[in-house]
Amino acid sequence: MSLSVRNLSMFALMALLFVTVGFVQSWDVSLALLNMCIISAIMALGVNIQWGYAGLFNVGTMGFAALGGLAAMLVSVPPVAGAWQAGGVGIFGGLVAALLTVAAGVAIWRRTARLGRRRYWLTGLVVLVGYIIMRAIIDPAVEAIEAVDVTTAGFLGGLGLPIVFSWLVGGIFAAGAAWVVGKISLGLRSDYLAIATLGISEIIIYFLKFEEWLTRGVKNVTGLPRPVPYEIELKQSPAFQSWASGFDTNIETVASLTVKLCYAGLFSVVLLVVLYLSEVALRSPWGRMMRAIRDNETAAAAMGKNVTSRHLQVFILGSAVVGIAGAMLTTLDGQFNPPTYQPLRFTFLIWVMVIIGGSGNNWGAVLGGFIIWFFWIEAEPIGLWLMGALTSGMAPDHWLRLHLIESAAHMRLLTMGLVLLLVLRFAPRGLIPEIKR
Amino acid sequence: MSDVLNALVILANFVVVPGLAYGSQLALGALGVTLVYAVLRFSNFAHGETMAIGTMFVILATWGLQSAGIGFGPLPTALLALPVGIFAAIILCLVTDRLVYRYYRRQKASGVIYLIVSVGVMFVYNGLIRFVIGPRDQIFTDGQRFIIKAREFKKMTGLNEGLAIKTTQAVTVVTAVVTVAAVFWFLNRTRTGKSMRAFSDNEDLALLSGINPDRVVMIAWIMTAALATIAGTLYGLDKSFKPFVYLQLLLPIFAAAIVGGVGNPIGAIAGGFVIAFSELFVTFAYKRVVTYLVPDSMAPDTLVQFLSTDYKFAVSFVILVIVLLVKPTGIFSGKSL
Amino acid sequence: MSFLVGEEMVCGYGGADILHGCTIGVEPGEIAVVVGPNGAGKSTAMKAMFGMLALREGQVLLEGEDISRLKPQERVLRGMGFVPQTHNVFTSMTVEENLEMGAFIRRDDIAGTMQQVFDLFPILHEKRAQPAGELSGGQRQQVAVGRALMTRPKILMLDEPTAGVSPIVMDELFDRIIEVAQTGIAILMVEQNAKQALNIADRGYVLVQGRNAYTDTGAALMADPEVRRAFLGG
Repeated sequence: MSLSVRNLSMFALMALLFVTVGFVQSWDVSLALLNMCIISAIMALGVNIQWGYAGLFNVGTMGFAALGGLAAMLVSVPPVAGAWQAGGVGIFGGLVAALLTVAAGVAIWRRTARLGRRRYWLTGLVVLVGYIIMRAIIDPAVEAIEAVDVTTAGFLGGLGLPIVFSWLVGGIFAAGAAWVVGKISLGLRSDYLAIATLGISEIIIYFLKFEEWLTRGVKNVTGLPRPVPYEIELKQSPAFQSWASGFDTNIETVASLTVKLCYAGLFSVVLLVVLYLSEVALRSPWGRMMRAIRDNETAAAAMGKNVTSRHLQVFILGSAVVGIAGAMLTTLDGQFNPPTYQPLRFTFLIWVMVIIGGSGNNWGAVLGGFIIWFFWIEAEPIGLWLMGALTSGMAPDHWLRLHLIESAAHMRLLTMGLVLLLVLRFAPRGLIPEIKR
Repeated sequence: MSDVLNALVILANFVVVPGLAYGSQLALGALGVTLVYAVLRFSNFAHGETMAIGTMFVILATWGLQSAGIGFGPLPTALLALPVGIFAAIILCLVTDRLVYRYYRRQKASGVIYLIVSVGVMFVYNGLIRFVIGPRDQIFTDGQRFIIKAREFKKMTGLNEGLAIKTTQAVTVVTAVVTVAAVFWFLNRTRTGKSMRAFSDNEDLALLSGINPDRVVMIAWIMTAALATIAGTLYGLDKSFKPFVYLQLLLPIFAAAIVGGVGNPIGAIAGGFVIAFSELFVTFAYKRVVTYLVPDSMAPDTLVQFLSTDYKFAVSFVILVIVLLVKPTGIFSGKSL
Repeated sequence: MSFLVGEEMVCGYGGADILHGCTIGVEPGEIAVVVGPNGAGKSTAMKAMFGMLALREGQVLLEGEDISRLKPQERVLRGMGFVPQTHNVFTSMTVEENLEMGAFIRRDDIAGTMQQVFDLFPILHEKRAQPAGELSGGQRQQVAVGRALMTRPKILMLDEPTAGVSPIVMDELFDRIIEVAQTGIAILMVEQNAKQALNIADRGYVLVQGRNAYTDTGAALMADPEVRRAFLGG
């Protein structure tokens, strides 16, 4: 793991920024930022695996992160017994019917190549009939489930397992979705993957929003169990009280900081593991082959490498990492809230991180994750201050001044876009460029 | 007999008329995407935002006209403001090309680099929109709301079911027909249009024939900006202007372009209608139609809906997936204008 | 001094040179043919003379004027026409549109020139409303030549015009090329079918490894026993 002085100093500068925020705003803000930065860095690592290693353009990060969030919710929330009784069998039967339909559709499609045009109709008909059967089984079940304890439940609930376990499940969910998308669109023109991922991510969000029996939809699931202690528990524990009295602030602050530090510790472990594995993979023969394919697909294919299946591998791996980060994010938030998933925030911001950090370099992706998230959050106070300073000469109620101050919040989109374009143009290799081996 | 007519009127009212309008909007959007693909050879992720920003210019101009007391009679004032919006969008696209895309063209960058760059442009446009007009809904439709009201239709025909046609729907279809006719006339009948087709067909040979690539690219942007503004404005008039919606429209628009065959303008238009009508047919609740058609005893007690309306965007994705699996080149297998 | 001449041309792709100082020229109304084994640099020489490849050394002169620095488009304006070996028609456009695009740089009435092309290749008149991509190989080559003629060039350069067409079509195409030359246009072409091409050539160049090996009239080259043995299969 070679890090030059230049790269180390950039990380040091980043640390300095957190310290500055700690002193200027508060340590609470600084630690909250840090936790989000770590998660962002992991997401950026996932995207970097796809783009930096293999040159795959995934515009669906949001969907994979949301699947991770779903996993966090499903793993940790206790099951709703009434709901399972009301519709568990129906849901299960419906899923079986759906699987059978897909299997039948594929089987018929494969066996009827000689039928010509009728093949389309036959397959379509089978899928349609299967779909109607599935709906007939699943609809009453969904209705029954959603009627159970509408105000507090109305969904199946989860497994009631420790939420940390969900980080793995989130990765598996995302990997599954990636397998389907990759199977369909890899091997076609490169931008089809981009469009397909854009589509699947939107649909995942719609699914999460509207399938209330599974996710409670827009009603949100709040109060997910934490992997770390609650502030209130800490405050009541005598050991903590005596420890906290050693600091010259009140116990609330110490408790809140402690909780955030616990998260930071857990997240750092994941970040380091992912980073380590990514680095190992990048240096392995597998990583070399990936880069060879990225740099010259035709030549690699001519040398007998199965480009499409390699791409599928790397696409699944990268998406899984994004799914893990998505599960961690929901863990940190303590709630699962489908409408908060927005492409600008969850897809394009991650891209900016990777490109600015340095495509193909894992350390770059981590640094990019830190820097971009930091400024994404801090842009607002900075922008407000800037607008205030710029318009200080105007009357306080001048329309332009009011408009500018109101718009300061939107400055960050514009800034991110400009930063992305400028980096792509003038420093396309990013802050920590890929090492050519 | 009147039962059948009633059933048909329901279909016309809830599927055919909205489908024609929505299909026209998608077709114009897909035409823009296809044009950029055919000439500049990349999938323009900023197209949704180009539509949004063009519409924003139109809205600003509309407000200007309205405050000056200028209206367009029963038609929306936005139609008068359209040329202003188009002009502004053209300037914006040309400036973007000069500052951003031209560099990558000279570099002969790969398609995926263009894609990322267009994402950056999307970001900037989105920021500009929020900066200028804010993220909120804007309703800028004025003039007469309906051409035919449901009640009038019932009185006229004596049927139980009404057929309403909104002015914006009629305006959408007419404008789209005129625009598409103009585009095809340009591409097939004028020297410049033919040179664009030639460039898209075979760039090297076009250069050997003395066709100026910079001019072709410039005209492609002008047309794209105009098409995007028209499509966005028609959509905004028909529904409402929400900056976010245009980003979501990107998926059906791409789907339309791919279904028809990327780079093929006829395909783009056909694709637009395929997507629009599929969305509506699949998410329409057939209960009332079926009730008219079957004996009372067999009337359904469910909505008879294939997919809830919540999933209308999923429909375009499913069609996209089917096309990618079955015929990745699209229905019209096009690659050039 | 020839009408068009590439003198002592040195050029290549990337680091390696393919041409090592070869000279090729042609006069109005004359057919010059470049032949040689595979990899001799025949097509490279054509590209270099048309400006699609930068010269490292040497120069290209048109009517005595140095045009080495001009872009291909500018050479088209100076009266040069080029028919590439492949991808030489707009497949999605009709035959007529192909010819129109050939005349893109002209601002005057092109109907007369188009009529001349149709007189030369009557089949194109018949198929003028069909997309060029739907035509047979030989007909496509006619479209390609016709397209290049639409600028009324003073010199027409063809890169293996008979590649992939049947012997009958090849003879037919050569007859047409002779007709074109008789109108006073200079013809410079690269050919794989060396014997047939040299038969109609006023001047022949045999290239070997990027250098002129033999240069003479077509008939003389055909008669040269060494050339026959080495390049024309006895």
